Amino acid sequence: MAKVSMTVNGKAVTGDVEPRTLLVQFLRENLRLTGTHVGCDTSQCGACVVHIDGIAAKSCTTLAVQCEGQSITTIEGLAEADGKLHPMQEAFREHHGLQCGYCTPGMIMAALDIVRRNGNELDEHTIRDQLDGNICRCTGYHNIVKAIEAGARAMAK
Amino acid sequence: MTATGIGAPVRRKEDFRFVTGQGQYTDDVTRPGETRAVFVRSPHAHAKIRKLDVAAAKKMPGVVDVLTGAQLADDKVGNLICGWMIHSKDGSPMKMSAHPALASGKVNCVGDAVAVVIAESLGEAKDAAEKVVVDYEVLPAVVDPAKAQAKGAPQIHADIANNTIYQWHLGDQKAVEAAFKSAKHVTKLDIVNNRLAPNAMEPRAALADYDAGNDHLTLWNTSQNPHVARLVISAFVGIAPEHKLRVIAPDVGGGFGSKIFIYPEEVVCLWAARKVKRPVKWTSDRTEAFLTDAHGRDHITHAELALDADGKITALRAKTIANLGAYMSTFSSSIPTYLYATLLSGQYDIPQIYCEVDAVYTNTVPVDAYRGAGRPEATFVVERLVEVAARQLGLDPADFRKRNFIRNFPHQTPVIMAYDAGDYNASLKKAMELADVKGFAKRKRESARHGKLRGLGYSTYIEACGIAPSQAVGSLGAGVGLWESAEVRVNPTGNVEVLTGSHAHGQGHETTFAQLVSERLGIPFEAVSIVHGDTDKVQFGMGTYGSRSGAVGMSAIVKALDKIEAKAKKVAGFMMEAAESDIDFKDGKFTVKGTDKSVAFGDVALNAYIAHKFTGAELEPGLKETSFYDPTNFTFPAGCHICELEIDQETGKTEIVNWTAVDDFGTVINPMIVEGQVHGGIAQGVGQALLEGVVYDASGQLVTASFMDYTMPRAHDLPSFHVGLTETKSPSNPLGMKGCGEAGAIAAPAAVMNAITDALGTEDIAMPATPNAVWAVMQRTPPKAA
Repeated sequence: MAKVSMTVNGKAVTGDVEPRTLLVQFLRENLRLTGTHVGCDTSQCGACVVHIDGIAAKSCTTLAVQCEGQSITTIEGLAEADGKLHPMQEAFREHHGLQCGYCTPGMIMAALDIVRRNGNELDEHTIRDQLDGNICRCTGYHNIVKAIEAGARAMAK
Repeated sequence: MTATGIGAPVRRKEDFRFVTGQGQYTDDVTRPGETRAVFVRSPHAHAKIRKLDVAAAKKMPGVVDVLTGAQLADDKVGNLICGWMIHSKDGSPMKMSAHPALASGKVNCVGDAVAVVIAESLGEAKDAAEKVVVDYEVLPAVVDPAKAQAKGAPQIHADIANNTIYQWHLGDQKAVEAAFKSAKHVTKLDIVNNRLAPNAMEPRAALADYDAGNDHLTLWNTSQNPHVARLVISAFVGIAPEHKLRVIAPDVGGGFGSKIFIYPEEVVCLWAARKVKRPVKWTSDRTEAFLTDAHGRDHITHAELALDADGKITALRAKTIANLGAYMSTFSSSIPTYLYATLLSGQYDIPQIYCEVDAVYTNTVPVDAYRGAGRPEATFVVERLVEVAARQLGLDPADFRKRNFIRNFPHQTPVIMAYDAGDYNASLKKAMELADVKGFAKRKRESARHGKLRGLGYSTYIEACGIAPSQAVGSLGAGVGLWESAEVRVNPTGNVEVLTGSHAHGQGHETTFAQLVSERLGIPFEAVSIVHGDTDKVQFGMGTYGSRSGAVGMSAIVKALDKIEAKAKKVAGFMMEAAESDIDFKDGKFTVKGTDKSVAFGDVALNAYIAHKFTGAELEPGLKETSFYDPTNFTFPAGCHICELEIDQETGKTEIVNWTAVDDFGTVINPMIVEGQVHGGIAQGVGQALLEGVVYDASGQLVTASFMDYTMPRAHDLPSFHVGLTETKSPSNPLGMKGCGEAGAIAAPAAVMNAITDALGTEDIAMPATPNAVWAVMQRTPPKAA
């Protein structure tokens, strides 16, 4: 077993894990943060996207021990303590950017990284191009694109 | 229309939990003492098991037990079944071979499970699974349905000759032959409807918990119809009687048909939980999903259309071979028969139709319903035939369609269905305007200047949804009735819980069903909760598939609300000392006709429970009503999709530049949700046409077994869509609804392929039209300059 310590959604956490434990397993099973999902195991679908030190990463292909000392943000860490949604979460709700909800946490975390890299004024082509690492089977992406465009703008306010 | 009533684009109740990561999917549920199951699966498509040795695996750290197919058989666990009886044209019943949840003696496809390891952790279970030793004698395999019936083909099941499940037909063969003999023109096409993997983003999962004290089992699973799962697992597999088995399908991350079926893994988890007396959880990984989730489509068809001198269709005939895989999945037999051939009339007045279907076993994953289920295959046959016929006759494809549209309703087709309402011309006309078809020639010339080929393709599709009247499906071989149930519970404080047998896995029922109840009872949208997916809460239900939850599930709620209103009027009558017949109910208020006396719905609810105003002899206390609604007909959503695309002649890459969809879904409860359903359906249909295809090699190895090999549509593969609606109400249910869940997937493949063949100037290309395939066609048949 290996000891691992990191900050998750602003709280210091530690755990004893097998060295092969994936970050997503550590989040879901050890910390019971089940909002981060596994859709493909091969870094293709992005349902598992979290932020590691502020940068989007696929937690299904990251070892927990690689994150020693780092700061992780998951979907559970976005809304305010009183339940007020982050502007990107609100935009997904407002624009019907989700159906079954399974890909949604990864989509929102990836969307925030698109904003980080490209700013708050995003056109459709940029969003579609930059969303290459996330798969949704329900929405046909139409409303996800609209949600990200609106969410990015709302974040600037 | 109120802000939250029928027709309003209400934001979804479901979304707060999903956007905050608080959804509860099956893998998110844990039980104290939970163990993890990992299946040992066959690496061969077809093999005898000479020896299976689990001794080393049992000694591995953390292993609780290793169970085999032989033990499953010893415990007399029953086989999985296909619940829809099809008879061959000679009258003989379909030939269904045994489908045990764990194979013993022989495996029939890659991924067939032969043993299961139960361990303390997933890692330990995986390690131990690698220590299970299986000595296989590999047999020749057949994966191509066209070769399955050939003399000398490997026989998959000892009791099924020629791998043939049934040879079925529908229609008047002699009349069709006569029509073809007198035809002025005949259009012929050979069509492959490519095999698809449904790939809901949430992989399947099952968690079984055994309560030894009460001899009771609970199963959490990724199901579109938990009650049917319980029924089959109880009545056929025999794991436990229904009253000793609770099935819970919590949040389910997409289904598209693949989560209708009863699968080996959930049976094994239940069986194992009782054996090891610990909760047992299995969660599929993505490759396992490719190897075990029922696939879709996989038809080979020869189809012909007969036409007279005026360009009127006089007959259609089709011969289809349908691949059902290694075992018959739960509803597999019905898909290429009653959900396929019955739709071969499309939107057209076709006097005679004849269809023959051979269903075959192959050494591949079972094939069953996938979004549209039979109807996309039918639409593809009809819409490709119609498009090609128009081209061959030198007619405009839209004019040719108009010439042959059904215009009078009800319309009885020669293949069972009686279309109840529609206006096909209206949706075509509106779509042509939205798509600016008039400007296409100019856009095509512009594309040509940039070295690109531009094409435009129509798909005027029809589907049969709201599946369906129980008596009708029973006469066609269904093993179950296809009604739906609803229970409306009004609480003393006036808020309402609706228990429905429908199941949502992305469709937003918690919102749309609440819109209906809120409008009908005149209470706030927030005062309504929808409960579904738990056999301990909802007494029975048939689940969600075939775009049936609006037309059938909501109709059941309407019927229960009728009863609620009737009883509430009695209560209000006692409260206001008026005759029940003098009470009106509107906007949440009960009034006495011709007076200013009124009581609010909430007061009536309270009085129904405190029962101070009436005696038990006059009225039973309480306000709770149930309805089982059985529809009177299928519903027939229809519409027109127009795809406009550009092909890069250098690379063969296709770009969809415009998509127009105009659909007639009857009454729409929430247009935002309906549009979302259309978007998603189109994406899956475009996926089939351009990107997706399950590939097996000749030995039966699944080549496309991950998202690195099987191309799922991504955001940059698709455009934004232009979606419009027309409306003719269905007369077959109280709300006039038709269903919208499958339309996009049904319409899209033909629209894309009609556009691609329009651009390329040849019909000689199959799905998926990948850049490689398109490029190869352009090398064989160089396109003419525009």
